[in-house]
Amino acid sequence: MSHHIVEVIHLRHIYPDGTIAIKDVSFRITHGESVAIIGANGAGKSTLLQHLNGCLEATSGQIRIGDMPLTKATLPDIRRTVGMVFQNPDDQLFMPTVFDDVAFGPLNLGLVGADVEKRVTEALIQVGADHLRAKPPYHLSGGEKKRVAIATVLAMTPDILVLDEPTNGLDPYARRQIMSLLQEFHHTKIFTTHDLDMVLELCQRTIILHEGEIRADGPTGEIFRNDDLLTACRLEKPLAMQGCPLCSREADTTKP
Amino acid sequence: MISINAAVIDLKRLELLADGDTPIHALDARAKVLVTFVFIISVVSCSRYELARLIPFFIFPAVIIALANLPTLFLAGKITLVCSFVVIVGFFNPFFDHTELYQIGHITVTGGWISLISLFIRSLLTVGATFILIGTTGFTAVCQALERLGIPQLFTTQLLFLHRYIFVLADETGRASRARELRSCGKKGLGVVSFSSLVGHLLLRTWQQAARIHTAMLARGFAGHFHARRQPSFGMVELCYLLSWSSLFIALRLFDISETIGKVVTGIFP
Repeated sequence: MSHHIVEVIHLRHIYPDGTIAIKDVSFRITHGESVAIIGANGAGKSTLLQHLNGCLEATSGQIRIGDMPLTKATLPDIRRTVGMVFQNPDDQLFMPTVFDDVAFGPLNLGLVGADVEKRVTEALIQVGADHLRAKPPYHLSGGEKKRVAIATVLAMTPDILVLDEPTNGLDPYARRQIMSLLQEFHHTKIFTTHDLDMVLELCQRTIILHEGEIRADGPTGEIFRNDDLLTACRLEKPLAMQGCPLCSREADTTKP
Repeated sequence: MISINAAVIDLKRLELLADGDTPIHALDARAKVLVTFVFIISVVSCSRYELARLIPFFIFPAVIIALANLPTLFLAGKITLVCSFVVIVGFFNPFFDHTELYQIGHITVTGGWISLISLFIRSLLTVGATFILIGTTGFTAVCQALERLGIPQLFTTQLLFLHRYIFVLADETGRASRARELRSCGKKGLGVVSFSSLVGHLLLRTWQQAARIHTAMLARGFAGHFHARRQPSFGMVELCYLLSWSSLFIALRLFDISETIGKVVTGIFP
């Protein structure tokens, strides 16, 4: 039995206003995979992610995490198994200090005293933010907030990491920091992002979502070499795979 | 909108004070909540003409501020700001209450003036005690203490969410007002019309953000309970703290210490 497997079976989600965000989506992500879910704005990426730990309830279809189907009864276990990092760290950080915020999850898991301290310290060290522990989250920079938001999830020792736009709004240095951090994790990782160069570096597999449906699911390199597919889905090749207009460097088609 | 942002930062600073490491901070929140409760009841139950009886109550905030290393000026500023609203409420007392109470030389002091000053002092004491409670305990721990003292969980959780919502609302208000100001070019914008629309948008936006924050909390195992880092234990220290302060407050309420001291002093130095 592995908790690291994510299986989405014929998922469909209709918002109360009648918008069909996800039409019929099915995929299976196995242990240790790093998968990017990409697509244009409004393709249904964030809606899909929010189903993976029960933040949204499916209109129809099923989610399975490991051997557990996602139901009300399994929700607490699934939320511990699937760690979700939200797009906007301000939504994720709501306690008075960084320490309190990272401790929020472990305390809800029933840990007390030194165990909480240990979990928090380990998570903060892992993201290189231990020196920020006494700071209020609203005093942090964007990159620091993002790293602390990841620590809040790591402190719950999840088996699967789900990240919504992890590099969104970060400067190049902070983006690189987050990418190196994510590269070190051996969890099953699922991203949604518009940062296609990050996808190229971090994800072996890519799923393209378009208008609530899966248009492609396969090896990242193969998908990014398919120009027609990318254009049809309002996407384009990562910059690393495009030729340079200034120095006339040829596009690197061997990546990744 | 600098004032809104500054108010939020002040509120957050007050919350951060609760992370202190003094013996007062270490006390179980229940003891502090109960002491504050007895203090407030003792103060507000004083009659509106009893000024002298209220003065000795200042010993409580003075001692706790000193022992808990709270920033006096910061607290004094915030307390005075809140109390100024109370003064507005009692502003008309001197106009309606002409009961003559004291005669100082040729000046007659009426009940209206005394009740206004008494209202101000009582608000200083009670608001001060509440700020001190939050500054030494933290809002979350206060709500947990209330729950352990028998207040229904539904009520305490609502209080906690309300507390969180204040920050969300203030942040959004700050942003929306800044955007409006920048596009009003120093004028009034579109006046009430744009203002009513802004308030409507604020409600919807804060609603959405509050929902997202709630989702983030659920994703991290929130099940209706906020857990404090400090494990509650109501021991002998807490019992002594509760009994000693409560007895003092009740004594100060029942006996006019100021008058007694006054009589002793005037007896010695007639």
